[in-house]
Amino acid sequence: MSRFELTRIPFIKNTLKSRYPQLAVFIVMLVGYIFAILAGLIGTPVGSHNFSIVFVWIAWWAILILVAVPFFGRGWCAVCPIPLPGEWLQRGAVLSPPDKKPKWLNLRWPKFLRNIWMQNISFLLLALFSSVLLTTPNITGIVLAAMLFAAIGLSTIFERRAFCRYLCPVGGFIGLYSQTAPIELRIKDKQICVTCEGKPCYNGSANGYGCPWDVFPGGLTKNTYCGLCMECIRTCPHDNIAINLRPFSADLAKPSTRMDEAFKAFIMLGSAMIYAGVLLGPWGAFKDAAYNVGTSAWFIYAVIFLAIIFVILPGFFTLGILKTKGSLPLKQRFASLATALIPLGLMFWVAFSLSFVLTNASYIIAAFSDPLGLGWNLFGTANAVWQPMLTFVLAPAQTLALVGGLIWSARTAQKAANEIRTSSISVIAFSFILTLVMLWLLL
Amino acid sequence: MNSRFILLLFVMAGLVVAFAPLPVQPITPQERTFRIDARQYAYSPSEFKVNPGDKVNIQLVSTDVVHGLYVDGYDISIEADPGQTKTLSFVADKPGSFRFRCNVTCGAMHPFMIGKLTVGTNNWLYRSIGLAVLAVIGFLPLSSFIPQTKNMD
Ligand code: SF4
Ligand code: SF4
Ligand code: SF4
Ligand SMILES: [Cu+2]
Repeated sequence: MSRFELTRIPFIKNTLKSRYPQLAVFIVMLVGYIFAILAGLIGTPVGSHNFSIVFVWIAWWAILILVAVPFFGRGWCAVCPIPLPGEWLQRGAVLSPPDKKPKWLNLRWPKFLRNIWMQNISFLLLALFSSVLLTTPNITGIVLAAMLFAAIGLSTIFERRAFCRYLCPVGGFIGLYSQTAPIELRIKDKQICVTCEGKPCYNGSANGYGCPWDVFPGGLTKNTYCGLCMECIRTCPHDNIAINLRPFSADLAKPSTRMDEAFKAFIMLGSAMIYAGVLLGPWGAFKDAAYNVGTSAWFIYAVIFLAIIFVILPGFFTLGILKTKGSLPLKQRFASLATALIPLGLMFWVAFSLSFVLTNASYIIAAFSDPLGLGWNLFGTANAVWQPMLTFVLAPAQTLALVGGLIWSARTAQKAANEIRTSSISVIAFSFILTLVMLWLLL
Repeated sequence: MNSRFILLLFVMAGLVVAFAPLPVQPITPQERTFRIDARQYAYSPSEFKVNPGDKVNIQLVSTDVVHGLYVDGYDISIEADPGQTKTLSFVADKPGSFRFRCNVTCGAMHPFMIGKLTVGTNNWLYRSIGLAVLAVIGFLPLSSFIPQTKNMD
């Protein structure tokens, strides 16, 4: 398959190899993150005028789901500030090369938790409270702070980036959807790795740390668990690490057989549909139920939310593939064919986010000048009026995303079905029906 | 037939589904008045339909705090103080389905205070469904060629 090695360009290679450009971005991100926490805690309680809501849930979210994930995979994780304080503490250094002594407890992550179920759960926990989280600055501030402290805590107990690998609610779906991105970090030549002594990319060396994401770069076959932290580019003594441009969704050609990953696809797909209906639909009762956490209406909402994700969607999906002939057991067919839901879910999120982001982007302009909602006017834009942007392209863009997602999903279903020698028809039908529902909800 | 030609056919069929003009039945425009109650985070009624060309009067009544009503696509709006009624009048000259939403920050869920106005039929939805059907039809014959597609890339 066609690949273009980006790291062959000296400028790119040197920029990634040096620690300074990355550190500069890290510092900006960390300052922004801490400012978002503070703004959430001390700024105005009016969400649409508070930096924490406007920059996290409108600006960051738009960049993440519309640009970073589809085009750069885990690109966000490469600059994410959340694990940094913990990682610096764990290493006892910000920049200097590692000394070999392990600091803190440095435990291995327990074997039975070496999957993304914890991430599935942490995402769902936030998802069930999302109406409050998305709109209430101090809740956003608290959640952002909690993630920072959880990452610090785990860094002192476990080795490497346990928070990112196993707990981060965002990292789970970024990893899932990063498989669709046209970019990858891979080794250039397997043979060199076989004979490479000491495997410094995993174990660390004087030039850098062993893979913080606990993967062996030599064995990478998909983007899901590589955080693009660039350590292995620094540590590999044989210059055997490349960053490649590649066709979209190349990783999906070899479908996963893991249930935690299959359910991640269902969780994301279902959440996008539920949000499209609840948040962007014209039905006030759903919004009340989603917002009034703790009331009986909210409990019903939570139960329906979970039922859609864990019973209804996987149930119909299973019914569809039940009768298809295949040599593999049902469970493996389920996990493999669920691969088709990865591009579908990503495009559902794109279509949903387009509407949310274009209507609310003008808040960003005002929040620049008055980030805490205290009546400041730093750049003279504080009084920018709210105005939906590009409303005339919204519907065509959503159709393009959803129908494009359907085609992408159908193609992925065929490849996955070929791989395990079964038919893709029922999976395509499933994607088709969900696409119709999504079109009806959004248009 | 080669596959490039078939793809071209599908793309052309897609363009027809997306853009072909539809016959419009002339309907005599009417004047229609709707009373819409606004409360924190919902309108009621939250969905209404008019015919293209109708003169529409929306009487917005706020029952709790200050609310607004902004119609996407038409880019027009009004605001109503609690207990007050304000009227927005316009000619529904653009067909399709449009969200209307609150444009006065009225509380936490304000950004999601949304209703739906449909002028005539929501043709874009039907065209989009048509495109989705077309996309799936395109895959049906391919699905039976399983062994060939295996080596395609
Ligand atoms: S997994 Fe989460 S915390 Fe870790 S780098 Fe990615 S987004 Fe940040
Ligand atoms: S250090 Fe380089 S050559 Fe050695 S195993 Fe890692 S990637 Fe391969
Ligand atoms: S060390 Fe290499 S393989 Fe590991 S996360 Fe960083 S970039 Fe990915
Ligand atoms: Cu409002």
